[in-house]
Amino acid sequence: MRDVAVIGVGLTKFGELWDKSFRRLIAEAGSKAILDASISGKDIDAMYIGSMSSGRFVGQEHVGALVADAAGFSHLHIPATRVEGACASGGLAIREGYLSIASGMNDIVVVGGVEKMNDVGGNFATETLVTAADQEWEAFFGVTFPGLYAMIAKRHMYEYGTTKEQLAQVAVKNHANGALNPYAQYQREITLEQVLNATMIAHPLGLLDCSPVTDGAASVVLCAAEKAKEFTNKPVKIIASGQGSDTLALHSRRDICTLDATIHAAKMAYKQANLTPSDIDLAEVHDCFTIAEICAIEDLGFVEKGQGGKAVENKITTLDGSLPVNTSGGLKSKGHPVGATGVAQIVEIAQQLRGEAEKRQVKDARIGLTHNVGGSGATCTVHILEAM
Amino acid sequence: MKDIGIVSYGSYIPRYRIKAGVIASVWGKDGATISRGLGINEKSVPSIDQDTATISVEAARSALKRCTIDPQDIGAIYIGSESHPYAVKPTGTIVGEAIGATPDLMVADYEFACKAGTAGVQSCTALVKADMIKYGLAVGADTSQAAPGDALEFSASAGGAALIIGRDNVVATINHTCSFTTDTPDFWRRAERKYPSHGGRFTGTPAYFKHTISCATNLMQKVDTKPEDYDYAIFHQPNGKFPVSVAKKLGFTYDQIKQGLIVPYIGNTYSGASLVGLASVLDVAKPGERVFLTSYGSGAGSDGFDITITDKITELARDNAPTVAQMVEDKEYVDYGTYAKLTDLLYWE
Amino acid sequence: MAGGVARFWREIPQRYNIIGNKCGSCERIFFPPREACPHCRRKSLGKMEDIKLSGKGEIVTYTIIYAGPKAFEEQVPYPVAIIKLKEGPQITAQIVDCDIDDVKIGMKVENTFRRIQEDGYTGAIYYGYKFKPVKE
Repeated sequence: MRDVAVIGVGLTKFGELWDKSFRRLIAEAGSKAILDASISGKDIDAMYIGSMSSGRFVGQEHVGALVADAAGFSHLHIPATRVEGACASGGLAIREGYLSIASGMNDIVVVGGVEKMNDVGGNFATETLVTAADQEWEAFFGVTFPGLYAMIAKRHMYEYGTTKEQLAQVAVKNHANGALNPYAQYQREITLEQVLNATMIAHPLGLLDCSPVTDGAASVVLCAAEKAKEFTNKPVKIIASGQGSDTLALHSRRDICTLDATIHAAKMAYKQANLTPSDIDLAEVHDCFTIAEICAIEDLGFVEKGQGGKAVENKITTLDGSLPVNTSGGLKSKGHPVGATGVAQIVEIAQQLRGEAEKRQVKDARIGLTHNVGGSGATCTVHILEAM
Repeated sequence: MKDIGIVSYGSYIPRYRIKAGVIASVWGKDGATISRGLGINEKSVPSIDQDTATISVEAARSALKRCTIDPQDIGAIYIGSESHPYAVKPTGTIVGEAIGATPDLMVADYEFACKAGTAGVQSCTALVKADMIKYGLAVGADTSQAAPGDALEFSASAGGAALIIGRDNVVATINHTCSFTTDTPDFWRRAERKYPSHGGRFTGTPAYFKHTISCATNLMQKVDTKPEDYDYAIFHQPNGKFPVSVAKKLGFTYDQIKQGLIVPYIGNTYSGASLVGLASVLDVAKPGERVFLTSYGSGAGSDGFDITITDKITELARDNAPTVAQMVEDKEYVDYGTYAKLTDLLYWE
Repeated sequence: MAGGVARFWREIPQRYNIIGNKCGSCERIFFPPREACPHCRRKSLGKMEDIKLSGKGEIVTYTIIYAGPKAFEEQVPYPVAIIKLKEGPQITAQIVDCDIDDVKIGMKVENTFRRIQEDGYTGAIYYGYKFKPVKE
């Protein structure tokens, strides 16, 4: 297995982008990444695209081919594959791209993630997001996607005494970071009071505990590490890739407050990199809802199970804390164009490790982790990156 | 038919209630006057996820909880209602599946205004008598519709009851049943229309009273009884006045009809009305007591039943399911806006 | 609700009567029924037996939905819970006949038969389980 590096990154702004279509979004992100990597079309061996539900959002399947076409590469006939794992589609696309190079099959691969969520009405978008849950045995009976995470939150509060304030602080922190990110959907700070008084969505989660509906795309160019320096003088190595799965329905999990898929993916990654959680300098985790970030820092091994709320309260995970989490603003403030998120997380960590994160820069960032989850925890990918 | 009769029974009344006074104040009327005039204080309202099928299933399941029969031995199901969830697709199959009686089963839905349930009882009785089935299930249930502002709004309510008819372990024999039927358009609902229409005062003497009295008189003649021979009498209860009045006209006392008179507390459950009244009597009846039941359905007709409680009623696990009295007391009030939402008065595109 | 009637007709035994199945090898009970037991795997093939669950259980966690999907819009706010059934499996369902403030983790509940949703005004009606508090 060869080492793999990130040699180029690209991102569109995330938000309600009425002027930009699905195709335009991914073409923009892809071309930015390709330019950043200084490669040309003929260097690309394959493309992997993560998109959760292009079929429902824009009525379009077969997006592997579509994206290669939109990027102007159809005449090169490169293999183009769409990867899907609900909200982990981006992370899965990264992993597929990574594996194809690590195995020796490809040398240079472009990975993209894209979601165009605002071409449908809000209700339909919500119904599409819940296809990440168990349609027959969860969604059919009236539970919503925020409802599932709300049930995790309620149990977490019951078992560990986590408070609404601690949940709210996740949102406050991520908005503070997002305010420093020119690509974020929301670039303004919010207060604890605003979060606690926001419209109730699914108790105890209010509107500001939930990540938004977003249009956006992100892209990275991956390259066999041994060739990386031919293209860039600041490559970032992917030193580990882990993935895990779990029951689709939340009610079938071993423990409602624990995402075993995260634990499994993280264990795989730490083992591959020969690292422990304390070696990680910063992390981009999957905060689709505030409770998700709290569970993530526990299940990734940064704090003991049940101590996530306290860690947030004690400001361990702020931009200047001992373990900055979601310096990009996270899904909450940066936005969550579903399929793009997993790829955007890699972009953020790569930029941090290259020293290009501007106002969000974490000092001496050398090792970063990304954590991308599908549904209520049925799929998880964890990647660890190191500055080369 | 000395050995054929009721093997078990069950009923269900939804929990929500709306007071007559609350409805009256919306339409600028005086609630107290209306309550007095109609003999109805409040009525039951189904929640948004309840309908005739769910009420029938609850009543049928209660009936099964009280006895020990195998639902697979039920050979026929008849659901009588004016508010079947589908115009075409039987409620009976939904109930049959939900109680585990399918697939060796005869099923049909009945409609005869408020007496569709008792018509089903007659059919089951006949099938058992003919040895064509071991047990039959007859249900009368409704989530009746009333136009906003119409007089019926004070009485049209939701509820139902189920009887299992058979030859074995009969807790109440159906000694005799007969009907009195004419083509009398006192109250009707055209297909495709949401609310019923009625003939005002025409619904009284030539309709409710004529058929109830004629049927009751014929029945007592056939079985050679007098009102005094009965411990309980149940009549159809479209409001709290008619059954009291018809009882008096026939020679029954208020004490005889009291136990079966539920309309003041839950309104008129239409196809459920007489059978819920019967369920209320069966909740307390003792061996040897005799019960007189005459239902009424607009259009018009009455079904009469002469019933004797057997010793076996003491073996029936009546506590295994809620009694009518318990369900009458298990209630939660709603305001008119909530009532309008629940009964689909607001039209959604 | 996307999907035709067959998809929902197929699951009537589960939705109406909470029929799961039991592994003939280790006796674990599953709901909904599984093709094979995840623990015994090939040993359980052909040995899974249908079993009707009691419908009795206890709330493990819950939430109150304030922003509901279109099919449930009229019922908002409504409680949804994960219920641990007596026989072991856990199930997701609405809680009814209960004030939303009275729903608690640990509350004992039993199943009841209700309308779950319908395919619009002209489509089929889907019935199934909801859970109500057990009257002590």
